[in-house]
Amino acid sequence: MNLQNITLISFGYFDNDFLQNIAKNIQRELFIKVQIKEGHLDLSDYYDPARRQYNANLLLKQIENNFASDSSKTIGLFNVDFFIPIFTYIFGQAYLGGRTGVVSVFRLSNERYGIDSDENLLLERSCKEIIHELGHTLGLIHCYVSDCVMRSGTYVEDIDQKSSSLCHKCKNELLNSVNK
Amino acid sequence: MSKKISILIVDDEESVRESLFSWFIEDGYRVECAENAKIALSKLESENFDIILADIKMPGMDGLEMLRRIKSLKKDAIVIVITAFATVDTAVQALKDGAFDYVTKPFDPDDLSHLIRNASKQISLSYENETLKERVVTLENVEDIIGNSEAMKKVLQKVESVAQSNSSVIITGESGTGKELIAKAIHSNSQRKYFPLVSVHCGALTESLLESELFGHEKGAFTGAMYNRKGRFEMADSGTIFLDEIATVSVKMQVELLRVLESKTFMRVGGNKDIYSDFRVICATNRNLKQMVEDGTFREDLFYRLNVVNIHVPPLRERIGDIPLLTEYFIKKYCMSMNKQIIPIDSSALKRLEEFDFPGNIRELENMIERAIVIGNGKKITLKDFPLEKNILSSSAESLDEQEKNHIFQILIKYDWNISRSAKALQVDRVTLYNKIKKYNLKSPGK
Repeated sequence: MNLQNITLISFGYFDNDFLQNIAKNIQRELFIKVQIKEGHLDLSDYYDPARRQYNANLLLKQIENNFASDSSKTIGLFNVDFFIPIFTYIFGQAYLGGRTGVVSVFRLSNERYGIDSDENLLLERSCKEIIHELGHTLGLIHCYVSDCVMRSGTYVEDIDQKSSSLCHKCKNELLNSVNK
Repeated sequence: MSKKISILIVDDEESVRESLFSWFIEDGYRVECAENAKIALSKLESENFDIILADIKMPGMDGLEMLRRIKSLKKDAIVIVITAFATVDTAVQALKDGAFDYVTKPFDPDDLSHLIRNASKQISLSYENETLKERVVTLENVEDIIGNSEAMKKVLQKVESVAQSNSSVIITGESGTGKELIAKAIHSNSQRKYFPLVSVHCGALTESLLESELFGHEKGAFTGAMYNRKGRFEMADSGTIFLDEIATVSVKMQVELLRVLESKTFMRVGGNKDIYSDFRVICATNRNLKQMVEDGTFREDLFYRLNVVNIHVPPLRERIGDIPLLTEYFIKKYCMSMNKQIIPIDSSALKRLEEFDFPGNIRELENMIERAIVIGNGKKITLKDFPLEKNILSSSAESLDEQEKNHIFQILIKYDWNISRSAKALQVDRVTLYNKIKKYNLKSPGK
């Protein structure tokens, strides 16, 4: 595996400190350098007026075709609500063992659930989701260890239950795949 | 379970097939797709699939007819049908025809995950039943529980014996002994491991937060609540709920908890229907709950509901023999997380750690190692990297007898109460050691 870095591309407005903190946390967990870029897309092409959400399948393909590279794992970070045709919503998705993933922070903020804003919690949830999708791009599948970041999280409360780290099993799998 | 579960997706819409394919691949299943019933049936003739997920409305042969044919081929096949909202009647018919369950599209990812986990659990149970006689039970995911002292072996034996049951468990022990790790080990080795382990730190919850946190709320229950929010009990459905610091809950909260633990039903805030959740309860406390019951500060009925099995995690001073292993583990952990080379520890520094009382237990040892790596010279951990002197002096007993008693007790624990080895370490004969044990009324913690 010739992985040199991780590229985090933000689409839409994100606070610079927020992005820097995400980069720092990912680097600390995965020991891979993270570079931040700003991306521009006309999101109206991905908007479904009937669902009032954005099609994550199409966005993932767009990132894969126009922003990804072989030497990097690329994550597109959005603040719009994602769906895929069969599901009411998703937080993110990625190509398993591929180069690309997308993550939405839309449903990660407390305010969406009528609870007081918590910027630290939003950062923590965002990091976990990004590391989770990066894990998929690195070939990791969902894990059932309760606090492993690769545990599937379908509700925001699920995300809060897990840590931002890989469990021993996933770490070993990752090391094996990197050493191949 | 080592067997990889296989799923066949049958749907005429490519975008649906693609989405489900990606979703299940990430879950680690073997997945194949078929765009119509004819292709699906031909695949089923040549290979076996554990779960078939099929749309009801498809051109040509519909999902219901396909379901009947699959059932005639393989009676115990698990078929889940996908239906649009307008065709719930058809879904009911599918259930009558032997479908495992149905989902209405577009569906909540959580609903699908739950459904597939239920199906997987059924498959894994039948698989495990087949291989039960050959299986040697070994604990999984206990890598973070470090130690091979007799005291810890006993704890892990208890974890192994209790994991497979559904009994409530109370884990007791001083702060920093690793009670949460024991809860995780029980969950990870139970049939519930495919479902969540949901932790609730009761000490951090005020009564006003409790209702929404534990029971969740409906969309629109109050201003700004745009989406439904699941409570902890609902999240723990088919899994385990871990109530940490259970002794800190107020009497009012105890009543609520008892009600939910007995009925396993509750309502979300702003909701109007009862929600049932099948959860197992594990609690932890550093307090003496029985004493609290006698004092009237903890409800007796709640205590007996929770205290079916008790696992006591020993303090670090009763498992001194584990200190070298724990030290090595934390050095490795922190050197790796700080991206540093793994460094050794000086033998005199390790000896000093073994002599220390550790009132904060493993958490305190962990903090010490982390600090030593941060402030140390980066080559070796030495005695000067530990802030131990003051604590050792302050924890020392004043009388000579007390000193002797403590020292003998620590040595006995270190050598797992092996009298010969302990006597050798103390440089006395075995008879002298027996006399000292009798004099100071020393007893093994396991007895």
